[in-house]
This record gives sequence, structure tokens and C-alpha cells, in this order.
Amino acid sequence: MHRAVQALSIKTERRPTMNNLKVLMNGIIKENPTFVLLLGMCPTLGTTSSALNGMSMGLATMAVLVFSNLIISLIKNFIPDMVRIPCFIVVIASLVTILQMCLQAYVPDVYASLGLFIPLIVVNCIILGRAEAFAAKNGPVSSIFDGLGMGLGFTMALTLLGATREFLGTGCIFSLRVFPEEYGALAFVLAPGAFIALGYLIAIVNRLRGV
Amino acid sequence: MAYILIIITAIFVNNIVLSQFLGICPFLGVSKKIETASGMGMAVAFVLTIATIVTYGIQKLVLEAFGLEYLQTIAFILVIAALVQMVEIVLKKVSPALYQALGVFLPLITTNCCILGVAILVANGTYATQGLEPSLLTGVVFAFSTALGFALALIIFAGVREQLEMMNIPKGVRGMSIALITAGLLAMAFMGFSGVDNGLSRVFGL
Repeated sequence: MHRAVQALSIKTERRPTMNNLKVLMNGIIKENPTFVLLLGMCPTLGTTSSALNGMSMGLATMAVLVFSNLIISLIKNFIPDMVRIPCFIVVIASLVTILQMCLQAYVPDVYASLGLFIPLIVVNCIILGRAEAFAAKNGPVSSIFDGLGMGLGFTMALTLLGATREFLGTGCIFSLRVFPEEYGALAFVLAPGAFIALGYLIAIVNRLRGV
Repeated sequence: MAYILIIITAIFVNNIVLSQFLGICPFLGVSKKIETASGMGMAVAFVLTIATIVTYGIQKLVLEAFGLEYLQTIAFILVIAALVQMVEIVLKKVSPALYQALGVFLPLITTNCCILGVAILVANGTYATQGLEPSLLTGVVFAFSTALGFALALIIFAGVREQLEMMNIPKGVRGMSIALITAGLLAMAFMGFSGVDNGLSRVFGL
């Protein structure tokens, strides 16, 4: 029974005229890149010391993801199958470079706080994964929706993790104070808290999904 | 003495996985057995050192010489991808024994963000040089000791996970959840090293 449901879902995914709203929701809930697929763990852990940092990283990744999905779905018919992965990487790396310049020019604070993790969006497996699994097989419109859905799912997960760490560590959410700072456990803002908070969030999501 | 300090800082104080969050994917993915973990650690040490030398050369001789610094990300990722392929081919011809040990891990390394991350850090000179001028030598020492830190974290974590297999774990936290919590406790242990670099630099009189 379960196998049959799985096979059905794969079949609907491959159909090019799939409902765009369904594609969008798929990325946010059913195939959430962070909590379900466990992709892109480095930025997830490295940039979520506060809710704002997590959200900016999520939005930056979403921007690259939407445009890379769009471009790859447009050029997919011109790329020989043998060299498609290097081509995808060049597209993604160019987009990341453009994003890096834009962030540096318009929001230097965000650029400084995310630091090394901006160029590392290139090696984020979510982006190459979606290029290979979705954009290379579907049309431009549904690819944009897939990028938006996956990007929103990633942004929401990073914001949630950032908010949890910021709340437990300093007593703030988005810099709004909830309880005095002396009661916060600083370890949650530092490295160990990232692993532990994500571990428990995944456990909660597993529980909600009934796995 | 400064070189010793760079090595200790990169391995223990600023451990690449447990405090810099680079290379988490292989850290979680290939840490089920100590044997595969040490194979992966060796492969990363090998590729990271070569990649750092090559990307440093490209940064200084090509990108900076022609004023093309903005192409850094594109150039480095392509060079690393090509380099990994080349290392695989050369290793297969020159040393089949080493290829047998590292072969399976080599393709996985292209998407390992600690390679690109360390290459960018060394090329930009934004790593803990302990008062030395950033140069190729300090960069290579930093890169190799960073890789040692990666291997150390990976092997310790694999050892813990082997023990974890025999435990009775609550259903909700099985799998990746308990692995992340364990990694968190390991990171807490490594936090004990924070400040050691300042103390040592005072002892060495730097």
C-alpha cells in the first residue's frame, strides 16, 4: 500500500502539467529541505545564531534557487547530457557571484554577518539537487514555483531554528526581548546549541509527521 | 612556534566541523563506521592540501594579476571540480593501493563545502595566522591542520555512533535527530579548548 502511494507520488511529480500550487506546498511541507530531506546542513547550522541571520541566509538561498531553476529549465534542451552538471555549477556560481555583489552593495551588514557562507551557497546541495531533480525535467513556470517552494521551506526552517536559538540563548526573538538576558543559556547561540536545537526540532517535526 | 600555534588552533580551538560548521554533510553522512570515517578524513586531507595550493596560485597569478577578483567563486569551484577528477585519474595510475583506499570518497569531495571554504579563506588571507604574514606556507599549514581537525572530529563521531547503534533510543529521536544531538555534545566538549590559543600565544611569547 505504502509503496503504491510512493510510486503514485513519483508519477505525479514527473508530469509536466502538475498543479503549481501543489509544487509550491511540496517544498514547504512534504519535502522540506531542512527537516525532511536534511540538505544544506552547513548554512543551516552556521548562520542561525539569530532569527534575522537565519532569515537572510534563507532569502539569499531562495533568490539563487529561483533564478537557477528558471535559467536551467530554459537552457536544458541546449546542454548535452554528459556535461550538464558542470554547466549547472557554472550557472549557479554566476548567480551566487551576482548575489554577493548585490548584498555587498545594498545590505553590507547582512553581507558581513553571513560572511563566508555567501560564496558557499554554490556548494549547497539543495540548489544543485533541485536543478537536477526538477528544473532539468520541467518547464520554466513550474520550476520557478518549485524554487519558491523549496526556498520558502528552507527560509522558514532557518528562521525557526534561528528564533529558537536566539530565544533560548539571549531571551530575544528578532531582537525583541521576551525575558532578561541573564536567564538565557549562551551555549545555544554558540556551536553546540546549533546541533542540539536542530536535533530536537527534527525530532518534533518527525513526531508531527507521524514517522 | 607560530606554526605550532596555527596547527593547534585549526585542529582543536576552531575545529572546522564543530565550531566553523563547514563540511557537515560528510560529517553526518559517512560517520557510521570508523573505517569509512578515517578513509574520508584521509581523502579530505589529501585533496584540501592540493586544492589550497592550486587555488592560491590561481588567486595570485591569474585573478589578482588581471584584476578579476570578482570571478573567485566561479573559478575556484571549477578548479576544485576539475582537480578532484584529475587526482582520481592520477591516483588510479600511480598508486592503485591508495586509490583503493580513497577512491570511493573522491567524487563526494567536490561538493564538500570545507574545500571551497578553506580555499577562499586562504586566498583572501582571512584565517588565524597568529601574527605571521599570510603566505603560501602558512596557508598550506593551515589547510592541512584544518583537514586533520576534520578527520579527528569525523573519527571521534564515528566511534560514538558505533556505540549508539547498540543503544535503545526513543522512537522520535532515532536517526539523524540523535546524531545531531550527539554532535552537539561533542561540540560542547571541543568548546573546552576555547581560549587555549590565547594562553599558548602568551606562553610562546608571540
